[in-house]
Amino acid sequence: MGLARTFAVALMGVIGHLVEVEAHLGGGLPATILVGLPDAAVREARDRVRAAMVNSKLDWPGRKITVGLSPASLPKSGSGFDLAIAIAILAAWGEAPDPGEPGSKAPPMKVPHEAAFIAELGLDGRLRAVPGVLPAVVTAAGAGKDLVVVAPGNQEEAALVPGVRVVSADRLLDVTLWLRGGPEPQAAPVPRASGATAGVLAAPRRRRDLSEVLGQYEARRAVEVCAAGGHNLSLLGPPGAGKTMLAERMPTIMPRLEPAAALEVTSIHSVAGVLPPGSGLITEPPFCAPHHTASMPAIVGGGSHGTIRPGAASIAHKGVLFLDEAPEFHRDVLDALRQPLEAGEVLIARQAMITRFPARFALVLAANPCPCAKADSGREGCECSPATRRRYLGRLSGPLLDRVDVKVRLSPVSRTEMLHGHGTAETSEVVARRVALARERAAGRLRGTPWRVNAEIPGAELRKSFFLEPKALAVLDHAMKIGQVSARGADKIIRVAWTIADLEDRPRPVAANVHEALGMWLGA
Amino acid sequence: MRAKDVLGREGEQAAVGYLRDQGFRVLDRNWRCAGGELDIVAVERHVFVVCEVKTRSGTGFGTPLEAVGRLKRQRLRRLAVAWLNAHGILFREIRVDVLGLVQDGAGGFTIEHVRGVG
Repeated sequence: MGLARTFAVALMGVIGHLVEVEAHLGGGLPATILVGLPDAAVREARDRVRAAMVNSKLDWPGRKITVGLSPASLPKSGSGFDLAIAIAILAAWGEAPDPGEPGSKAPPMKVPHEAAFIAELGLDGRLRAVPGVLPAVVTAAGAGKDLVVVAPGNQEEAALVPGVRVVSADRLLDVTLWLRGGPEPQAAPVPRASGATAGVLAAPRRRRDLSEVLGQYEARRAVEVCAAGGHNLSLLGPPGAGKTMLAERMPTIMPRLEPAAALEVTSIHSVAGVLPPGSGLITEPPFCAPHHTASMPAIVGGGSHGTIRPGAASIAHKGVLFLDEAPEFHRDVLDALRQPLEAGEVLIARQAMITRFPARFALVLAANPCPCAKADSGREGCECSPATRRRYLGRLSGPLLDRVDVKVRLSPVSRTEMLHGHGTAETSEVVARRVALARERAAGRLRGTPWRVNAEIPGAELRKSFFLEPKALAVLDHAMKIGQVSARGADKIIRVAWTIADLEDRPRPVAANVHEALGMWLGA
Repeated sequence: MRAKDVLGREGEQAAVGYLRDQGFRVLDRNWRCAGGELDIVAVERHVFVVCEVKTRSGTGFGTPLEAVGRLKRQRLRRLAVAWLNAHGILFREIRVDVLGLVQDGAGGFTIEHVRGVG
């Protein structure tokens, strides 16, 4: 009869919980019982662990094995418990045979109490990488487990967490021998993936630069303002005007992520499974451009309980979510974005739990003026009636567009700009410096508050604590009086005016700043 | 007789010897009826015990104990009652045991005895 315990981590979204894995070898006919709300993948661990142990020449106790995962009320999912379960069973098995010398008993196993085991087991006894190792290791470290054992493919990711000793092993046998007093396992280095990334994540292979965008001075200004204040942007214009180019270059003028934000963003990408191996901590603002056929779970996240994954909105956390051809997206998908736009996070409720994913992104919408995409392009042949055009853009209107602070109409690039525009445009570096200064100024003003950029300030707080220059609001008052701007719109305009003032190094917005912000809001 | 049947016969013989050493009184062996077969019928103190004996030459295909599943345990219990009815005996306590025997390479068996499985 034996009892032993190890530790692993259960993830709910990007929040981890330390899980105690207990193995009890008792009397009765041989059977393996797994208790503590395991999902299907965890229950399969029984069979994976057994095959892995037998194929590692570690044998299998022909006994009644009870494996308990506690806290028992917490739903557990995924395959990352395999290693912890195997080690617990081996440690509980007093008369385990020695894999090196058949017939003799193995030395007793000492499991360090500060260790957490996070890996899936292959049937052949190899350790396999699992998604979400970064938040799991962060949790383990927070719970005082400063030694983690992971698969070689997760080693680099686990090592991103400061103050944690990472041991990675190729095989279960290596871990076993180590815990029985042998040498610490040394995993063979993992070959780096050749730039292959999953799905919606467009990893900039080559550094893009704002200077590559020809003309479009008004739109560049809008992108700069949005990058500085975290505002949402809509770009309306004919094909070829540079909508996509501008959106893709917005992250290049945004400041690098602060360490806490970098860890958060990397955790989300790790859980989503879009973190390429060997990429290290994500320090650049992410850019996510889902296709317009994307489903609601793909955008806001979803899945059945236990396997809830973050969507594009969370992958774009602290970065840019770009919806190209925005009117082509499903209406309900666009509407689902309202909650994260307002709250900065996505809540996914399922039967047993609520999972929370951060989703504070700058939204960039791009749209053609009409479905045939020929209007305004300088080309002939647009046959869309005014009603058709209105219906097309009408798909965007309403509550979503109400949350877009800056709207720009782009014109086609002129021949002159095309031929002579090179070399005259500002580079990302120059603009990024201005944006960084503006953000610093905003951060200084917002010190002691939970907000970092102007777009995050709630309306009530905005009106209560932040005052503009006297008379600066006159133009806005007028616009509201004639019904051009709603109350929500007025708040948005004031926030943008603050950002413009920040970019101009003013202590508070003046009338001209409000004027420009109003223009950006109206999209004139 | 095929090799596996010879092994089974030898295993049952070894099991009977083991049970006698443990103080069991063996009442019957290889009792058959329409519902199946009981390997060993015995009494330990005042408890009526039916034993299923599983013999293997090695554990490459799992231990012998694992081969006794839920259905088999339920059948053994039914057969225990059938045996008592057939012989007109009453016991206050009935138990099902499983004996797992594995050849040890020296002509003998290692015996694992699990009491009260069904």
